[in-house]
Amino acid sequence: MSALTQAARTETTPPHSVRAALHMRNVVKEFPGSPPVRALDDVSVRIDHGELVAVVGPSGSGKSTMLNVMGTLDRPTSGIVEIDGVDTASLPDKHIAGIRARKIGFVFQQFFLLDGMSTVDNVTNGLLYQGVPPAERHDRAIEALKTVGLGHRLNHRPNKLSGGERQRVAVARALVHRPAFVLADEPTGNLDSKSSAAVMDLIRELNDLGTTIVVITHDNAIAEALPRRVAVLDGRILDDSGRPS
Amino acid sequence: MNHPTSTLRFADILRVGSSGPRARKSRTALSALGVSIGIAALVGVLGLSESSKSDLLDELSLLGTNLLTVEAGQGIGGGDGALPESAAASIQRIPTVEQTSQVIPVDATVRRSEFVDEGITGGLTVVGTDGDLVDTLNGSVAVGVDLDEYASSPYPVAVVGSVAAERLGITDLDQPTHVQIGDDQVQVVGMLDEFTLAADLDRSVMIGIDAAVAAYDAEATPSTVYVRVEEGRVDATRDLIAGTADPENPEEVNVSRPSDVLSAQAAAESSFTSLFLGLGAVALLVGGVGIANVMIIAVIERRGEIGLRRALGATQAHVRRQFLTESVLLGILGGGAGVVIGILVTYAYAATQGWRVVIPWIGPAGGFASAIVIGAVAGLYPAMRAAQLSPVEALRS
Repeated sequence: MSALTQAARTETTPPHSVRAALHMRNVVKEFPGSPPVRALDDVSVRIDHGELVAVVGPSGSGKSTMLNVMGTLDRPTSGIVEIDGVDTASLPDKHIAGIRARKIGFVFQQFFLLDGMSTVDNVTNGLLYQGVPPAERHDRAIEALKTVGLGHRLNHRPNKLSGGERQRVAVARALVHRPAFVLADEPTGNLDSKSSAAVMDLIRELNDLGTTIVVITHDNAIAEALPRRVAVLDGRILDDSGRPS
Repeated sequence: MNHPTSTLRFADILRVGSSGPRARKSRTALSALGVSIGIAALVGVLGLSESSKSDLLDELSLLGTNLLTVEAGQGIGGGDGALPESAAASIQRIPTVEQTSQVIPVDATVRRSEFVDEGITGGLTVVGTDGDLVDTLNGSVAVGVDLDEYASSPYPVAVVGSVAAERLGITDLDQPTHVQIGDDQVQVVGMLDEFTLAADLDRSVMIGIDAAVAAYDAEATPSTVYVRVEEGRVDATRDLIAGTADPENPEEVNVSRPSDVLSAQAAAESSFTSLFLGLGAVALLVGGVGIANVMIIAVIERRGEIGLRRALGATQAHVRRQFLTESVLLGILGGGAGVVIGILVTYAYAATQGWRVVIPWIGPAGGFASAIVIGAVAGLYPAMRAAQLSPVEALRS
């Protein structure tokens, strides 16, 4: 890269404080069919660094599609999705994958832990596709597991852990690479109420430490407990409580 | 480009690619088994055929390929099946002939004793030979001595071939042993080892030519002359022999090379080898189909993992490489096990046969290489399918 383009880029890229963690502008997502199904209809939302946001809506409201588009797992039909200042629309698969590897952390309802490997190895997978050397991956994974309170479960197999512990492993994996934001899709969906509360406490703690987190949920009670709520219905944003002042 | 890229280190490709097989060990072993059977068959067949062939060829080089057998053929006018009396001496005068030895038929039966009925011959024959026979045929004496030790003896003595000894019930010569030849008791002075190049002599009891003529009225016309020729001059000499042995009726003389039988045997085993190699290749192909099958199942079962890896930043190429590596690993495992099993089988079987083990390098090297290729080919389609799976679809499982 030449010095000239470097300079040009520095000029056009806003400084971190101004740059949103996630910025969706006029996003439309249609699925083919007759007539086509419009799952997202002109959605615009901006999530800044340090926020803790709930995207809440009943099933079929389009929140899953929103998760997929936010997480760059799916491309919008039209509109702009900016991740940490980078417009993803024109990026090829390789760079989109790079954005997921470096900028986004995922937490899924089904955990998606690999039973064939230990807890710590599952967490190192969060750094695998950034080309981080194994020793560093290992150290950072241990650190992340300590952060979620599982420093004593490093070498356990996931299937030997409780549901709440498994989800905490998944959270550790989602933040081990220090992403711009963590997308948590129904993170308490498979947990009992006690574990759910613990996982939500953990999410709030991590946010207090500075991690940007977006929780996608159908559960109003969970959403109500979070500082900002974006309500979705029929592919549109029904209500955005906005960033608390 | 300043855009973030997704990178998977080479060592990590191997680590990720081996994680599936490591997590499901029994399935890994079973799916590699097919290929290992095929490779073991290829390595074993090549090793065994080469070992047995080398055994035959060793035997050949020990016995020499320069022995010719000269026999009386059937004459046009119903010849009497004998060569002229002078045949051996004439052949010996050919400059490239090193040694000759003749056998004359004796019209007498041989029995263990006079109490055995004369009609019970046990398929044994009596022949008269000169003292050089064992030497000319590269044979050896198992027990006792050869005929030439008794060349000057006024009494007839006999030497028995290996099969003849067995049928006459002679196991050792510790005590003076006699057999009944015709009306006379004749002392057995030696037992011979097997003649590989003249099996009919194994079933014979041999006495000296002079004794045969004197005691049994045998004609001194040989039925067979064994000729040891200078190495490398066999074909040229062969052409001269018929005319030399029987100048009047050269067409009634058959000249053959006994070692040709062993060579033909070696060649025949080669054609069997091709057949078994073909079977091994079929096994290998079936093994490859097995790996492809297991890989397709793995891709279906592990959709969630594929989705997770895409979410963690894996590109399509990373997923493709992961599954391709996995399938090549199965090929390597199967190939490696197959090579080891094939070599062990070769050693074990060669040991039971007393063969020298010869494993042609093409067996293990070619087998291993083809196992890798088969693993790669078998994994290609499943790996493409895994890579083409969209992350959203994969995570829906």
